[in-house]
Amino acid sequence: MGTILNILVDGVAYGMILFMISVGLSVTMGLMRVINLAHGGFAMLGGAAVHYFGVQLGIPFVLAALLAIGAVVALALPMERVLYRPIYRMGELQQVLATIGITFLMIASVNLWLGSTLLSIRLPDAWTGTVDLGFRSLPMHRLIVIGVGLAIAGGLYVLIDRTRFGIRLRAAVDNRATASALGIDTGRVFLATFALGAGLAALGGILGAELLPVDAYYPLRYMVHFLIVVAVGGMGSITGSFLAALGLGILDTTARYIVPDFGTIFFFLVTILVLGLRPQGLLGRHA
Amino acid sequence: MKIMTRLMAVSALAVAGMAGTAGAEVIKVGVICPTSGPYAIYGKQFSEAVEAYQAIHGTEIDGNEIEFIYRDSGGVNPDQARSLAQELIIREGVEYLAGFTFTPNALAVAQIIDQSETPAVIFNAATSIITQESEFFVRPSFTLWQVSAPMAEWAHEQGITEVVTAVTDYGPGIDAETGFKAAFEAAGGTVVDSIRMPLDTTDFAPFMQRVRDEAPDAVFAFLPAGPSTFAFVKAYNENDLRGAGIEFLGTGETDETTLDSLGDAALGLRTSYHYSPAHESPENEEFIGKLMELHPDAVPNFASVQAYDGAHVIYEMIRAAGTDGPAAIEAVKGLEWTSPRGPVSIDPETRHITQNVYIREVAKDDEGNLINREFETIEAVPDLGLVNDY
Repeated sequence: MGTILNILVDGVAYGMILFMISVGLSVTMGLMRVINLAHGGFAMLGGAAVHYFGVQLGIPFVLAALLAIGAVVALALPMERVLYRPIYRMGELQQVLATIGITFLMIASVNLWLGSTLLSIRLPDAWTGTVDLGFRSLPMHRLIVIGVGLAIAGGLYVLIDRTRFGIRLRAAVDNRATASALGIDTGRVFLATFALGAGLAALGGILGAELLPVDAYYPLRYMVHFLIVVAVGGMGSITGSFLAALGLGILDTTARYIVPDFGTIFFFLVTILVLGLRPQGLLGRHA
Repeated sequence: MKIMTRLMAVSALAVAGMAGTAGAEVIKVGVICPTSGPYAIYGKQFSEAVEAYQAIHGTEIDGNEIEFIYRDSGGVNPDQARSLAQELIIREGVEYLAGFTFTPNALAVAQIIDQSETPAVIFNAATSIITQESEFFVRPSFTLWQVSAPMAEWAHEQGITEVVTAVTDYGPGIDAETGFKAAFEAAGGTVVDSIRMPLDTTDFAPFMQRVRDEAPDAVFAFLPAGPSTFAFVKAYNENDLRGAGIEFLGTGETDETTLDSLGDAALGLRTSYHYSPAHESPENEEFIGKLMELHPDAVPNFASVQAYDGAHVIYEMIRAAGTDGPAAIEAVKGLEWTSPRGPVSIDPETRHITQNVYIREVAKDDEGNLINREFETIEAVPDLGLVNDY
């Protein structure tokens, strides 16, 4: 009984981190039809910026995190205009090549700026303590991660399903020509969506830094994980990403508790199984 | 075959050339190490330390200029290491090889250095078998056995009788596990569980929970330095193993390049290792002083001191034998000197360094920086993986 609860808590926390980082990827890949392999790079830039603001300049964590997310969004906006706009029109292979090139640019920049060693993030003292739940003591940090993950899932659902912006976004995605004929500024809608995705990745990178430590090679190290979450969940589906991240997080954690010698094989086995049965992902729409 | 004949020809020419010319020449040393990618930090530490050594001891021996040439091996990449070694020997005409961060990269050049009779000085690669693969390997770095077994004996003396080992599931991790276990059981202790963790794990909570359930006196860990050591120590604290009375025992987990990131959470962690920049000796002061003067942003650690001592071994070989490879290897056997890490010597049998192993504790220095403070010394430890008396 105790073990099951442990697995659940650790698995859910891990799943939430995966969700926060990959949901932006799911939105840009599914809704905007661009294969953005540089997405993990925004998570890393978020982590690197919070390291710079928090550890090197000594700004308190929450403020530093907000500044870092702001900085990543501020960087993503011109990047969308200059770099990504031509990429939308490319074929799939060209998109992969172009965005992996952007990933290497990001890696090299962080390497030059802050070096290739681990970039630490100082959490406020209140976050680093443990909460005693009786059967085990739980790191405060994980509870915060779970809470923020749930809030983001809810917020995104409302934003895309219930707001005027969401309607415009879905219209622009389904038929860009008609949408712009109806007076929707599709360029601006895409710009805002891209910035939102980058900001969410930065948030995930910052909050997840205790589980997925940030260094210059972060985007390459974890890229496969983020892509798997999106693939298993189904592109463009927020609920799908949420379920996939949660399921894979719990599965990976369970395997580590029970059969650590097998490594991460179960993670990949289940991925293969799901994609074999549902190639479009759990909740993905047929193309 | 063609390459091998050329190798022989080149080395023969080199020897002949040396005998013929009495004047000054440049003796080149080829260093193969990662200077790009996730492990680029090794290349940086190596070249900074070699530079410091040359700044202190000069760049000339008997009128001959010593030049270090660096080649990027990337990560674990034996084929690349082998072709770089060939290129360095044939095209650049290097007389000595050095570097090697990873065991597979070192093993890949064994045949080549045998044929060209080029001494190769290992700056890091730390599994025991390497020096047995070629007569021309000399290793002034360390092995996992060398630092793990003393930790086991010391821990047992402290009254720790039950330990869980948790290591990363790859060569060095398994060396550390067997080294610790052999010594700990020989001392009379029990290893109640041995956990091998996947190489790409960064969430260690499950393993910590498992350790907690076993309730041993201590957990002995080995992980490759970087993100995973950081996450492991975090998980040790977050799951409050210390509060549950489970001591942390490790080797390089509190390496100086990640120590700052760990913050105060690392205070009190105990490890056994062959070098701490906080080691108090005039040699260490000289080394660190020069290193910081040349590179104010340098972080001295085990990799820097290993390259510094590696440069010393190369200098001594050149002083004794010039560019005659076999004579240089003979000269290095039994070599003794005082390194920044303490008194050391090269074992004539294994060509591996015999050195002190220190038990350290993470503490704060006068300026409030985290350091590994050495508080106990186990003297003159050989490579226990080869000279095994358990």
